[in-house]
Amino acid sequence: MFSEGDLQALWITLRLALLSTLLLLIIGTPLAWWLARSRWRWRFLCEALVALPLVLPPTVLGFYLLLAFSTDSGVGKLLASMGIGPLAFTFTGLLIGSIIYSLPFVVQPLQAAFESLGRRPMEAAATLRASPLDRFLTVAVPLARPGFITAAVLGFAHTLGEFGVVLMIGGNIPGETRVASIAIYDHVEAMDYASAHWLAGLLLLISFLLLVLVFAGNKRLRLLRS
Amino acid sequence: MSISAQFDTWLGEFHLEVDFTLPGSGISAIYGPSGSGKTSLLRAIAGLEHHSQGQLVFGQEYWQKPGLFVPPHRRPVGYVFQETSLFDHLDVQGNLEYGWHRIKQKQRRISLQRISELLDLGALAKRRTDMLSGGERQRVAIGRALAVSPQLLLMDEPLASLDQRRRDEILPYLLSLHREFALPIIYVSHDRTEISRLADHLLLLDAGRVIASDNCQHLLTRLDLPLAHEESANSIFDAVATAVDQHFQLCTYRCGNSEFIVPGIAHQPGEPARLLIASRDVSLALSKPQDSSILNIVPAVVEAINAEQAGSVTVSLRIGDNILLSRITSKSVEQLALRAGMSVFAQVKSIALSGSTGTA
Repeated sequence: MFSEGDLQALWITLRLALLSTLLLLIIGTPLAWWLARSRWRWRFLCEALVALPLVLPPTVLGFYLLLAFSTDSGVGKLLASMGIGPLAFTFTGLLIGSIIYSLPFVVQPLQAAFESLGRRPMEAAATLRASPLDRFLTVAVPLARPGFITAAVLGFAHTLGEFGVVLMIGGNIPGETRVASIAIYDHVEAMDYASAHWLAGLLLLISFLLLVLVFAGNKRLRLLRS
Repeated sequence: MSISAQFDTWLGEFHLEVDFTLPGSGISAIYGPSGSGKTSLLRAIAGLEHHSQGQLVFGQEYWQKPGLFVPPHRRPVGYVFQETSLFDHLDVQGNLEYGWHRIKQKQRRISLQRISELLDLGALAKRRTDMLSGGERQRVAIGRALAVSPQLLLMDEPLASLDQRRRDEILPYLLSLHREFALPIIYVSHDRTEISRLADHLLLLDAGRVIASDNCQHLLTRLDLPLAHEESANSIFDAVATAVDQHFQLCTYRCGNSEFIVPGIAHQPGEPARLLIASRDVSLALSKPQDSSILNIVPAVVEAINAEQAGSVTVSLRIGDNILLSRITSKSVEQLALRAGMSVFAQVKSIALSGSTGTA
């Protein structure tokens, strides 16, 4: 069924997806809140930047990340001076890549959810003595719950299926950066269709179940803003 | 205690330029046509307009002045929004408790239980907010605002979204909560009937400016203001019930030296009541009619007669310390040769009530 290498790849994939999702929610929530509330005239530039991974070929993103991670680059030197070693071909590098690549899938549903709240619930909470952080946590977040579920599932599922960025910056190091999607590619290259089937089927099943979960929980859900 | 405000500020496209003082007790109504800035003014008082420029003093406490802006969650106000804005992720009890949990124990002057009794919320406690009717939602919203034991209650047309029956249902609650908790209320409305039933003080607003601010009774009957000339113009008499006639089912009210008889027994002797008399229900006679079916015929002195509008004239009559408005034809004015200072008899055809035990 699954070889030890496959299980290892699955474990890395799962870890990568969970960690990415967690970090994306932490980064994405304030960003989405700001995008939903800000009246800054250049806000659209940030929105375009966040949405960029939606249209950019993963290899392009991977290519630039690879350059940034290299010890010759400014970013690489800066990281090295902070004691952060070369990130290319490491799990941490992969994690950074995934976060950037899946950012719009988390930020956009959150932003849409926050925008649909309007200002009124927060104003009502303010007149009920709730401080800004208090009202964000006790009113905005619970009311935007469907948005959070969508964001988490999309972020998770999208990282699960990531291929191009991983290939560019992570390579194919078993036990370190070899994720399930790469393993499938390897199996197919080696004409080992049976192994490819098992892995591909499992990913298909997980992705489908996740989406079923979301749609069952929220029947009016739209994945991305229309 | 009083509330004084000076705002000279642009809120979006709207220029609010006001300078007024409201009494620190009773119900003060902000009245004006739509777009006159009533809601903006109320929001500025609550601190919801962060960009407003001006000064706001509540009693001895500055809520806003140049260099100081007390954020809304630090102002001891309760706010009832026009659309109730309940928290849909909480049930009714959760909504009521939201503010309650956020004030210090020693600040809790109004208990949740009392709020629940007063507004009849007991049966709703476990209900989801989206399962409530419009009137129920509004009662919950009022209860939620009261649960922070505010020192000032701000209400933005709380009855506007309700039909007449629901309004009649909620008005008595408003009167009783204001009496029970001695809570000053600032009440925004564009509904003349609501104002004349509730308000003690009136602030007239138009295009972001204050036209007049005074005792409600007084403003409603001032001939130089548009209020006295509205189709539904009326006069207010704050009276006390003095006697009931069980046989004829009548109740007698005294206001100053005048007595008024109203059908139905809506009050017991000693209870306060507000009598509302529509201008068009008041006719005038030079001598006291002896053979009329009208019960309320009161001696009065003509105070002023305003200019004619489409054959109609509004006459203001002094009855003790009160002013009664009468809408009659200009032909009648000529026939009776009415002029200021004349003694006449005002015949009041019908009186509406607004008081502690409801309306009649």
